[in-house]
Amino acid sequence: MNTITALSRRDALRLSGGLVVLFSTGVAAADRKGAPDPTSLDSWLAIGADGNITAFFGKVDVGQGLDVAVAQMVAEELDVPVAAVSIVMGDTSLTCNQGGASGSTGVRQGGVALRHAAAQARHHLIQRAAEYLRRKPADLATADGAVFVVDAPAQKVAYAALLRGKYFQSQIRWNGKLGNALGLTSTAKPKAPDQYKIVGQPVSRVDIPGKVMGTKDFVTDVRVPGMLHGRVIRPPVAGAVPMEIDRKSVASIPGVQIVHRQGFLGVVAPREWDAIRAADVLQVTWSKVDPPFPAFAALHDHIRKAPAIKETVDKTVGDVERALAGAAKRITAEYTWPFQSHACMGPACAVADVRADGVTSWSATQKPHFQQEGLAKLLKRPLDTVRVIWMPGPGSYGRNDAGDAAMDAALLSEAVGKPVRVQGMRHDGHAWDPKGPASVHTLRAGLDKDGNIVAYDVMNKGFSRVEVAVSEADPSDTLAGKLIGFPDKPGAGFGSPSDVYEFANRRLAWQCVAPLMPGASPLRGAHLRDPVGPQNLFASESFLDEIALAAKVDPIALRLRYMKDPREVAAVKAATERAKWIDGPPGARRQMAGAHPSGMGFAFARRGDTLVAVIAQVEVDRDTGRIWARKFVVAHDCGQVINPDGLRHCIEGNVVQGLSRAVHEEVLFDQSMVTSRDWSTYLILDIADAPEEIDIVLIDRPELAPEGAGEACTAAIPAAVVNAIFDATGVRMRAAPLSPARVKAALTAKTV
Amino acid sequence: MSKRFTFSVDGKDRTVEADPETPLLYVLRDDLNFSNPHFGCGQGQCGACTVHVDGEATRSCVLPVEAAENARIVTLTGLGTEKPHPVQQAFIDEQVPACGYCVNGWVMTAAAFLDRTSKPSDAQIRDALSGLKCRCGTHMAILRAVKRAAQAMAR
Ligand code: FES
Ligand code: FES
Repeated sequence: MNTITALSRRDALRLSGGLVVLFSTGVAAADRKGAPDPTSLDSWLAIGADGNITAFFGKVDVGQGLDVAVAQMVAEELDVPVAAVSIVMGDTSLTCNQGGASGSTGVRQGGVALRHAAAQARHHLIQRAAEYLRRKPADLATADGAVFVVDAPAQKVAYAALLRGKYFQSQIRWNGKLGNALGLTSTAKPKAPDQYKIVGQPVSRVDIPGKVMGTKDFVTDVRVPGMLHGRVIRPPVAGAVPMEIDRKSVASIPGVQIVHRQGFLGVVAPREWDAIRAADVLQVTWSKVDPPFPAFAALHDHIRKAPAIKETVDKTVGDVERALAGAAKRITAEYTWPFQSHACMGPACAVADVRADGVTSWSATQKPHFQQEGLAKLLKRPLDTVRVIWMPGPGSYGRNDAGDAAMDAALLSEAVGKPVRVQGMRHDGHAWDPKGPASVHTLRAGLDKDGNIVAYDVMNKGFSRVEVAVSEADPSDTLAGKLIGFPDKPGAGFGSPSDVYEFANRRLAWQCVAPLMPGASPLRGAHLRDPVGPQNLFASESFLDEIALAAKVDPIALRLRYMKDPREVAAVKAATERAKWIDGPPGARRQMAGAHPSGMGFAFARRGDTLVAVIAQVEVDRDTGRIWARKFVVAHDCGQVINPDGLRHCIEGNVVQGLSRAVHEEVLFDQSMVTSRDWSTYLILDIADAPEEIDIVLIDRPELAPEGAGEACTAAIPAAVVNAIFDATGVRMRAAPLSPARVKAALTAKTV
Repeated sequence: MSKRFTFSVDGKDRTVEADPETPLLYVLRDDLNFSNPHFGCGQGQCGACTVHVDGEATRSCVLPVEAAENARIVTLTGLGTEKPHPVQQAFIDEQVPACGYCVNGWVMTAAAFLDRTSKPSDAQIRDALSGLKCRCGTHMAILRAVKRAAQAMAR
């Protein structure tokens, strides 16, 4: 039962080699070889002879119900129940390259492409029905999986009867792009929002019952015949490579094979526990390298002093320096943010089967089509002999360690000539996964004598968020690739917060500093949910509260003065009303909640066209420094809402993860290695500290395009919390995380 | 050195040959083909590997198989066979999982807790679940689901 092939839960489909047959009715609806052609409608949709619809989606759902939202969009256009639509995701042989999970584009770009494909299919079906029913297309409409005559609804023909389980054999207009930018345009316009019956309704997730009953398989559960278990062995000092290996040290463990190739070292064994033991006891002499890292306490000083390898001014308006020089009052503050880990619930896992005639990789990567490219390069194989099959994994919030595991498994499988499953140990995940970058933020503002902001300057300086690229399309962006000699490639980037506030003189800029070490580093900067958003807004939204304090005005009223977009203003108002915000400068909402002072803090985030206004209510235990974010109000406008239930869950996850990152999360290291290698050293929010309530106000804008919701809210949480701490205590925290020790120290310093 | 061990899993008697030190988790996953429990940390810190051993929620990644000799083991799959256990039903009704990798730990721990504690307070629920990990941050939905299950079980 546990021998799993791809898509085992979709019994509508059976796979053999590159051939796919839809078996929902016994009639083949699609058979495909190699990569699907985006201009063919058959690459996107198939209608079985029983009327069930399969949509082939080149992105993946990482636990936010994206597949359900896309099924809703397809069902809407085709006028069928959502339950009639199943989604095949992220298999490179079955789906076009839509970029995988990325930048909250799942609905905005991926889903919209499928919406057009479905509109095209409806158009095609109406044309066919016109012949069949001998009526003009204009006389026809669709409902319940059939085309009918508008003035004689009894005259109708089901889609299934029109297609009889065969291909559409029809084209759709493609914009020629692959990845996130892939776009389709249907001949017939998709429905207008006022016609929606399915989009905008709450729909349950299809994967949840299986996950709760224990019958749904993850990538970790893939078993293929003859499969062996592998573990990769990482050095005790970052940058060291294996020099000598004492094979005798594992001789007593049955069936162990050692794979050593340049800097890459792994073990493989028939039983998983034996592979784990072998990795543990194998005697390795590592090369002597100088410890690569600064002392942990010197991290931010390192960033301050390091030269910029890249800098960008994202926005400049007016003359900031002149305005600052002429200001009646100048304010400046510096904020710091630590390295943070994806720290996924399970260390990354992958299964690779590298054979002479082809390569298959089962992976929880966010970007299967890009992994396909990376594996082809790593193994020097033609692209079309590599197939990547996405499987759900243990969480994913950007570029995590899944791509690294796939490359590890591929090298091990290639070396031993058998399929190999790799799953890291906890310390592999925490220590070696790509990290959200550490940073230092310097903000300056000038006020005129009436308290108006006349100058505003933001400089965000940190490690790159793309030292590891967003995908593993290049083996240089993976540990295994680097360890067998793929050269480092430049990847420098940080970012600025969105330009929300229209101060007359302003500048938003960033600088990126060089990585702490080259090559296979445990501190590789990468995208972690809303890449650099939490750190940037921790600084910029805290700073606005500092300005409000200096100007003795309400921090929300201050922001509203400079916000111009009516949607932004509406989101702010929605949050303030729901939270019963009391006007006044920072400190005005202080109360006692039992023995503890409590306060409220506001922060606003804009990511693309997604707008989030957050109000946090936080209690501070003065004795321990523990803070409890008791309540959040989140006003959320991401344009058209596809599935309000899914959206609410997604926002809650953003709030909790954002809170966790604000309060607890910090990668620890010494000069040799990352030292926070388990859950007792890399803390995350415990359920005992979960908020009492997260009150979400969804602002639905059916007339607008659906925008991403996977990230924006996370970015606003740290600043909202820190502003609430100030409101409660009068203490301004400028270093994250807001750990009890740090809060206590700040409170003590203030009272002395 | 391998030895034979016998115990029941989800109502069926099983005999395995394994090194006595092997954590039960690997015996269940690799020798007996149970996809749940999951490996999360291998250190007893997260709960992803939780099973019931004689009715107690137990982290199987740190339980040597020899300690399970003659035990009655229940996995997530065996918790609700004919129909979902009330905790499972509540997790479905509340649409709890994001990635879902952690769900095993929460459901199994909550089920054992609610078996002992009827009508728990909010604080008791938080306390009983404290220490389990969910990286996706589904904490709020978990709390709603466990409350819902507690109500269903009190009826
Ligand atoms: S895997 Fe057993 S507690 Fe984490
Ligand atoms: S749902 Fe992903 S770890 Fe809990």
